[in-house]
Amino acid sequence: MNGWKILCGTAIALPQSNIDTDQLIPARFMSQPRSEGYGDFLLYDVRKAQQGHPLDRSAPKVLVAGRNFGSGSSREAAVYALVDYGISAVFAPSFGDIFAGNAVNNGLLAAQIDEDVAATLIADMGEGACKAEVDLISGRAIIAGHDIAFDLDPVRRQKLINGWDDIDLTAQYSDQIKTYRAAHVATRPWATPEI
Amino acid sequence: MSAERTLLDKLWAAHEILCREDGTSLLWVDRHLVHEGSHHAFAKLADRKMTVAEPALTFGVVDHYAPTRAGEVAPDIRRMIKTLGKNARAAGIKLFDLHDPAQGIVHVIGPEQGLTLPGMLVNCGDSHTSTHGAFGALAFGVGATEVAHILATQTIWQKRPKTMRITFDGVLGAGVTAKDMALHWIAALGADGAQGYAVEYAGDAVRALSMEGRMTLCNLSIEGGARMGMIAPDDVTFAYLEGRPAAPRGKVWQAALADWHALHSDIGASFDRKEYFDADTIAPTVTWGTSPEEALPITGHVPRDNAAKNIHATLEYMGLEAGMPLSQIAVDQVFIGSCTNGRIEDLRMAAKVLEGRRTVVPGLVSPGSMQVKKQAEEEGLAQIFVQAGLEWAGAGCSMCVGMNGDLVEAGKRCASSTNRNFKGRQGRGARTHLMSPAMVAAAAVTGRLTDVRPLLEGRI
Ligand code: SF4
Repeated sequence: MNGWKILCGTAIALPQSNIDTDQLIPARFMSQPRSEGYGDFLLYDVRKAQQGHPLDRSAPKVLVAGRNFGSGSSREAAVYALVDYGISAVFAPSFGDIFAGNAVNNGLLAAQIDEDVAATLIADMGEGACKAEVDLISGRAIIAGHDIAFDLDPVRRQKLINGWDDIDLTAQYSDQIKTYRAAHVATRPWATPEI
Repeated sequence: MSAERTLLDKLWAAHEILCREDGTSLLWVDRHLVHEGSHHAFAKLADRKMTVAEPALTFGVVDHYAPTRAGEVAPDIRRMIKTLGKNARAAGIKLFDLHDPAQGIVHVIGPEQGLTLPGMLVNCGDSHTSTHGAFGALAFGVGATEVAHILATQTIWQKRPKTMRITFDGVLGAGVTAKDMALHWIAALGADGAQGYAVEYAGDAVRALSMEGRMTLCNLSIEGGARMGMIAPDDVTFAYLEGRPAAPRGKVWQAALADWHALHSDIGASFDRKEYFDADTIAPTVTWGTSPEEALPITGHVPRDNAAKNIHATLEYMGLEAGMPLSQIAVDQVFIGSCTNGRIEDLRMAAKVLEGRRTVVPGLVSPGSMQVKKQAEEEGLAQIFVQAGLEWAGAGCSMCVGMNGDLVEAGKRCASSTNRNFKGRQGRGARTHLMSPAMVAAAAVTGRLTDVRPLLEGRI
């Protein structure tokens, strides 16, 4: 995975709150291998139900959405759909915990902003597309002319910037894992399954 | 730091291999459960030419795509099930395949087989892994990249969540269940109310719940935003587990009990947040909207738009009118099942309502596991469902998510014992109302959302 620091592109607003992962990618698409690309599945039913959905009118890199974005199912396919569609950053007042973790693991920024900042942005942006610039280092973004600060866990920031992969990171701790495992098995014999 | 520790503190400390300078911990995973959705993770592993680190601690089960009715199985569903089988066999992972007498929904069979035990860390690539916390385990759902990481290392990187204790004092009324407790707190705190917290449930009304009820409560933690829910184990927990196939026996069981008795929050332990609810005041609760937070007592009315919340689009999707009594909402069909409410006790409650009555709308009952199915048939529950006019199906996720083809048609309204009323969750355009299995049974009998309490009089 490649890291990134600065992002320039267009942004659109999705004013709804609770845009859950079932909406982001309906379950019926999830048996596809990733290699075929998940971009078309993004908000599939929502887009089909609404003529001229903002997503279909521009090719945004940035989304601004209502609270509790990505709640629900742990399906990482929701992040695949966003990333394959070309989205690199989502701004919202809150995110589903599992979604936020999945996002970082795929280079997608899930940036937390104040609820009133989100409301102002969403109102100003309307249904159109606007310019956006996101800076991971400073933790600031300019969207639709508003200069906003966003919250991002420092660990996640580092992962996004460097494109770090957890499996590689963990390899350097393999001795500690071995030591822990030996002690854990010895002191908790009941944790070893009988079947 | 104070000497008094929370249950989370104890579980965390027992699994922490190391804590990086940035505050992220590497945790040991005691049980890793995988289902058909793991194909992305296995593909990642194969890409890196890596193998499964601890196959003996990893268990596979067919549930999301499991066919629950006779007939042709679509090729992509067959492929998903076959892929899991192939991956499990190649890695040497025990698989509860279709037709295995222990097959069922991952969060039902984990506890049922004794794979889930107090004091464990349980992970699964599924958000309702919070269910297993009912045993006093640290249990949370993870995404595909994390599944791959666990497969490769049997560990997971995690930041320690904040702690929230939700206390339910008092006694639940007759016909009011753990499902109602969960919908009640989620409606009060919001679908993101517990985001960033590990929830511990406490109080007399929680202690009084069976393991089935506790699992329902912990299961729904994620619908309130909490990745984990947990309940300190007690004699109810131990009695449930003793003798389960994978549970320890003899001396090891005794050693386990000694360890497990320490698994509770110490008196005086401090929580980042505490919430209190009164169980006596909780009524049977139903959802009217497209988020689990949009829930109200069955005696209530569909809300109206207000300045704080525009619900116009939601009401349009749901086909409801603002201000109408919830008890006037007519349903087209019902569903009883899922990892939330597909256990034996759930089926017993529904059967209590349905016994000797006829349903006026069609419906599907899918037991949470083959074991639950067998038991329900032995107890005569299956017969009650069929005589009432419902379809008795096989075990799996079924109509909770519709991946196996058990779908609610667009525009149809379903009273459902599941966990998500999201747009399109049960099928494109489907309208879902969440409620307890007893309430689903009541809706089946009357054809509309109905207070189950009068229907249960003299029966419980
Ligand atoms: S029953 Fe529903 S919520 Fe539970 S694991 Fe299956 S699909 Fe997920």
